[in-house]
Amino acid sequence: MEALLDNAGPLLQGLLTTLWIAAVAGVGALVLGVLVAAARVSPVPVLRGVAFGYVQLFLNVPLLALLVLFVFALPDVGLLMPLATTVVVVLVVYEAAYVAEAVRSGVNTVSLGQAEAARALGLTFVQSLRLVVLPQAVRAVVQPLGNVLIALVMNTALAAAVGVVELTSATNKVNLVEAQPIPIFAGAGVLYMLVALTIGLLSGVVERRVAIAR
Amino acid sequence: MSARRPRRASTASVLYDAPGPRTRRRIALASGVTVVVVVAALVLALREFASHGQLDADRWAPFASWPIWSYLLVGLRGTLLAAALTAVLSAAAGVLLALGRLSRVRLVRWPATAYIEVARALPVLLLIYVTLFGLPRYGIDLPLLWKLVVPLTVANSAAFAEIFRAGILSLPRGQDEAARSLGMSGAQSMRLVVLPQAVRRVTPSVVTQLVSLLKDTSLGYVVAFTELLFRAQVLASYNRLLVQTFLVVTAMYLVVNGLLSALASRLQDASRRRTPSTPDVPLLAAEEIHA
Repeated sequence: MEALLDNAGPLLQGLLTTLWIAAVAGVGALVLGVLVAAARVSPVPVLRGVAFGYVQLFLNVPLLALLVLFVFALPDVGLLMPLATTVVVVLVVYEAAYVAEAVRSGVNTVSLGQAEAARALGLTFVQSLRLVVLPQAVRAVVQPLGNVLIALVMNTALAAAVGVVELTSATNKVNLVEAQPIPIFAGAGVLYMLVALTIGLLSGVVERRVAIAR
Repeated sequence: MSARRPRRASTASVLYDAPGPRTRRRIALASGVTVVVVVAALVLALREFASHGQLDADRWAPFASWPIWSYLLVGLRGTLLAAALTAVLSAAAGVLLALGRLSRVRLVRWPATAYIEVARALPVLLLIYVTLFGLPRYGIDLPLLWKLVVPLTVANSAAFAEIFRAGILSLPRGQDEAARSLGMSGAQSMRLVVLPQAVRRVTPSVVTQLVSLLKDTSLGYVVAFTELLFRAQVLASYNRLLVQTFLVVTAMYLVVNGLLSALASRLQDASRRRTPSTPDVPLLAAEEIHA
């Protein structure tokens, strides 16, 4: 316990890094993911194909392989960004695929009549998607999106493997000095669980707020 | 539920009319713009690659030779071995945990629930650091393979438990009630009637979880276990062809997991055709908590 309290500084510093990486990447992934989902249901076959390929690519390649590729290999072709920026970019493009899948399953829950009504009113494809279908689709998948965000928080831990000192890396460093694995790792575990719990509760609240009474 | 099938199939096309001449022109235009943008991005990337000499033939030639492939295939074998072990262990543990969480006995239900919730909220890398740097201090030094498989199993068994639980809960109560009225005990009904159907229902989700699990084995990179990504890193530090090696390995993951994903969606379609009333168990297994 003392080992934990003595090192509260670096651990909280790590938690802060985890949180800001997750927050920035989360917002980016939500925006990009909704765009990809929109492309996947668009009337333009090429766009659908590109979006499908995008989702398949990032659903099937390990995040760590992408991180290693971007952090260690791509500087060789002149793509050199600060480490944290690289990690955020990779997380955004990776998680956007999961967001897109979640939103697309939401689009499937919007009833036929909604889209037909929107079309009958003369709305264009973009209008009916933006004003009628997507608002309902996203509301239907608040909980799954919350789960994607929780997964994103856990995935920020992989940044430790390429040298970002976030919570997991900070925990490991503290443990190497203190050599008291049980309290230190348990402490970090509790912090991760608190973050996951917070997101879970928040998405529950948001879901109730935005739910459509039917 | 069966009313859902046509809707699912046609949601995309219901968002727009059968295109008239003007819309067809607009779609053609949008297609053209998309193609131009994608091609431009590719050309830009390739020029960037070429200007740094990454497209030179001698930098790619090694990947046409057998020794490099046999080196990488050993890594792939390690990946598949770790994935298979993790899959079997965590599927077995997952069934037990799911039954535990659904048990009427509090002493069983609470620990199972607690385990599932905790394991789902911890990053796999943290668990790996525990086995790498935590357990040895208490005299538990696992062999390399198990340093990867044990943490992955801890995490994935919770994910599998949630999948199986969803499957069991999705089954109509009548199945269990009918079995009980035939004189089966609770355990018999679960083992002979409920579980076989539940497992069949969630097969697509299980395969999707296998994809996520196979991706997780890339953490062998951290453990220094001989799997694909670690092998790639060793190879790259030896031949200095970082870009090429990691791109090739990324493609290898894409092929293996792409086959698994294709299998998952085929299973999904097949089960929908066979039993149109199958309630939807989400295909995104446990929302890929441990992706």
